[in-house]
Amino acid sequence: MAIRENDEDVLAKNNVIVTTFEKLWNWGRSHSFWPMSYGCNCCPIEMMAAGAGRFDIARYGYEVFRAAARQADVLIVAGPITLKMKPVVERVYAQMPEPKWVIAMGNCATSGGPFADGYSVLPGADSIFDVDVYIPGCPVRPEALFHGMLELKKKVESQ
Amino acid sequence: MSEYSLEDMLQALQEQLGEKMEVSSDSFFTFLRVAPGEVLGLAKNLRENYGFNHLANLSSVDYGETFEIVYHIYSIPENDKIAIKTSVPRNKAEIDSVFSVWPTADWQEREVYDLMGIKFKKHPNLIRVLLPDDFEGHPLRKDFKMEGR
Amino acid sequence: MLETDQFKINIGPVHPSTHGGLHVEAVLDGEIVTDAIVHLGYVHRAVEKIAEDRTYAQFVPYTSRLDYLATHLPTLGYVQSVEKLIGVEVPERAEYIRVIMAEFSRIASHLIFIGSLAIDLGATTGLIYCMRDRERIMDMFEMTSGQRLVASYMRVGGIAQDLPDEFIPAARSFIHDLPKMIDEYEGLIMGNEILQARLKGIGILTPEDAINYGVTGPNLRASGIAYDIRRAEPYGIYDRFDFELPLGTTGDCWDRLNVRVAELVQSARIIEQALDQIPEGETKAKVPRVIKPEKGLEVYHRIESSKGELGYYLVSDGGEKPYRLHVRAPSFVNLMVLPLISRGGKLQDVVANIAALDPVLGESDR
Repeated sequence: MAIRENDEDVLAKNNVIVTTFEKLWNWGRSHSFWPMSYGCNCCPIEMMAAGAGRFDIARYGYEVFRAAARQADVLIVAGPITLKMKPVVERVYAQMPEPKWVIAMGNCATSGGPFADGYSVLPGADSIFDVDVYIPGCPVRPEALFHGMLELKKKVESQ
Repeated sequence: MSEYSLEDMLQALQEQLGEKMEVSSDSFFTFLRVAPGEVLGLAKNLRENYGFNHLANLSSVDYGETFEIVYHIYSIPENDKIAIKTSVPRNKAEIDSVFSVWPTADWQEREVYDLMGIKFKKHPNLIRVLLPDDFEGHPLRKDFKMEGR
Repeated sequence: MLETDQFKINIGPVHPSTHGGLHVEAVLDGEIVTDAIVHLGYVHRAVEKIAEDRTYAQFVPYTSRLDYLATHLPTLGYVQSVEKLIGVEVPERAEYIRVIMAEFSRIASHLIFIGSLAIDLGATTGLIYCMRDRERIMDMFEMTSGQRLVASYMRVGGIAQDLPDEFIPAARSFIHDLPKMIDEYEGLIMGNEILQARLKGIGILTPEDAINYGVTGPNLRASGIAYDIRRAEPYGIYDRFDFELPLGTTGDCWDRLNVRVAELVQSARIIEQALDQIPEGETKAKVPRVIKPEKGLEVYHRIESSKGELGYYLVSDGGEKPYRLHVRAPSFVNLMVLPLISRGGKLQDVVANIAALDPVLGESDR
């Protein structure tokens, strides 16, 4: 017997929630991203400001910045990827266990930014791995970072 | 720190080096232009006898046939400043390191080597500092072509 | 006796610290550091080469991205270098506004220094308090230039636009509240015994080594040498202000922290004097639309940034783009002493030394 729409409401009133495994997984994953603390340049300073008191990333559940790649699930590429940093980022990404997502934060990570015509900055994080969300900005305001993370949350919930 | 004035010092240096040194100045600095081989001796002289102990800046400019290397030096106790300029030919871009006079030249010379390709003889550790070790070429040279990506 | 081997451990370039991509290879004998090899270049963005392809005015936004923690100080150095090349005199009001912005940048940079020193040693709360107070300065930058972190507010010849009406009350209110903030940091951060034990006597830099290795700024003053470019070679209108130079005695990390906290008070003094003396008037001098300094002119102009001596070496070839722009970055030169002060110490002291030297990798690698 299938459960109809208003049956769910009736059950919810009696403290019974009915869902699917996928929805439960997605709910858990999207509400508690553990970002990897990576970044060099101006954008991570705004990331720090986002984690501090005024902007408070903790109200979304994302304040657990992990320094070890094996414990993180979102790689926020904040800042340009330079030639010397490329193998390091690739290794960090490879060390992160599945499921993992990538947010390209800022103009430098999206396309190379103001340094795109130099000899040392890669034209965006998507030249080395698949990016899920691009956040434009130079640097990205903390509010824009939250918007980007909420977009990622929507993306994960709908998977 | 003896009593001396910049003019006395310039006169003394001119007497010592004669034609090997050319003095010029603009509104900001007095420049001592010498041949590359004289730079180390002049540097030692300036530090030991006249108290110029702060090598603020060491940079190089690519003028095509030659590279010009300029040293901006300050004396912290006397609050004076002076600059040394020299030119090395492009096909033989090397000069003595001034690390033995000012240890701050360690990384500043490495940066010039890294980005402009000038070799500093008797430098303790002349390897690239900003670019990856396997990078080819010296980017600040005017003929460095950036590869298309 | 057991035979022991030396062990190499990598600190960075991805590490939970705010200094960017710094890679230190520590060679350890047990827990004692026998050498610390510094690898830079992870944030090298080729700014000097890019400068040869931008006009003098187009390069202004890049300067803030060099030292992004002291927002306006690198821009001040650059625009003053270009003004020296073309011989432009900046109006009085613009000079005063520049001083106010520069000193607020210095305060913001030192606040991040205190916070990140605390968090690097494990005291996370310190960073939150410092960031909270720094947000007030970010608000002031935003109300004048529209940007919080990398404001390109200064222009060759003056500043971009005049101050809005809300700025001066906000500035005065911040200056008024600064002593209370410092009291809070004294209680929370500086008064903490564990922090003191981790900083006192650690990473001693002698004055001779400091001068030999070209260390400048608060690190040099912490070793006892009273050298500040605002005094030695005043630029702009810094010779009109009355301020002291806090000095350290032993040159250890504790002195470096205390010198910067004392500099907060001195910067506030300068801002207060500037706010009292600021005249009405123009905010930008007449500058040609396309800036073309004479061929063959060159200048080396230096300012006292929050990290030390920030110098710009500009060479002109008569065109609208610089022939050569070299940035003398204080963090690049200051980091040279890291192996020197870490040898013989413990592994944990390397982190304290890095934090106390206050490097910014954006300007160090350019």
